[in-house]
Amino acid sequence: MGSELGGAVPPNGAGAAAVLGAAIGGLVLGILALAADAVTAVGGLFNIWNPTGPLSGVTSAAILAWLVAWLVLAHLWSGRNLDVRRVNFWATAMFVVGLLLTFPPFMDLLQGK
Amino acid sequence: MDITVRDAVTVVHGMFFGAVLLLTVSAAAMGLYATCTPTSHWTLSPAQHRCLSLYLAFVALLAWIAVLLGAYAVYPWYRAHPPAGVTDLSGYPQRLLMSNPSTTAWHDIGMEWKEHVAWFAPISLTVVAFLFARYGHHLYALQSLRRAVFSLVALAFLSACVAGFFGAMLNKYAPVRGGSTMVLMHSQAAHGE
Repeated sequence: MGSELGGAVPPNGAGAAAVLGAAIGGLVLGILALAADAVTAVGGLFNIWNPTGPLSGVTSAAILAWLVAWLVLAHLWSGRNLDVRRVNFWATAMFVVGLLLTFPPFMDLLQGK
Repeated sequence: MDITVRDAVTVVHGMFFGAVLLLTVSAAAMGLYATCTPTSHWTLSPAQHRCLSLYLAFVALLAWIAVLLGAYAVYPWYRAHPPAGVTDLSGYPQRLLMSNPSTTAWHDIGMEWKEHVAWFAPISLTVVAFLFARYGHHLYALQSLRRAVFSLVALAFLSACVAGFFGAMLNKYAPVRGGSTMVLMHSQAAHGE
């Protein structure tokens, strides 16, 4: 069963930070996708590379949010042991909302289209 | 037998990186299941742990290449706007789809979802690679982190499936095509044989 080669079990804080950071990135992706679709001015703001359009800014900002969230959480949680079940709960919620916000029929529903 | 540059890049994006990604994610899931569950009898040696860590990093890299190639090479050709007066929309896939009520939804739902949901795959797989590299020897004992790993692999697989399905269907209804033509093979007739 498993392995004893790795020695003592390391604190789970860094892992929890990676999971929640990814979920924050997914949530930001969904929110920005909706915002760029719903508000023309926001779409224009995210149009940082014209051939790809607003998608370029939306995904770049989401990746930036993911990496910053991961970095900050890792700084706060590394070396600590956390209740990862709670982290998983919130991460799941964020991923579900993020996924829903990228689903066009749900986007249209929120915008009353 | 020839192919346009846009066709070739689209094939590399979807049929190479996309398809290989789906295969390698499946293999990653099996590898993780075989080595990280409490009932597993597979004791990873340091070399095996390093090898599987590199494999997972490679899978994440595949996902990044697939989405970046899609967003920054194929998508601009897909969404290109035709000059005024152009009636042949075959070189403008998005406009071609939106010109017909029976195909509009392939853009409105298919591409609009695909262009965003695909990004969940590289993000998830990067975190999976990190978690295995950091905790691989101990994941059998860390139930919550292990669940997170398998959930992230499932999320990556599903998002890649959605992106792959709509990519294939969009390319059936409105192929991304154009640019210079590359001759892959000369036919017998061309040689006069």
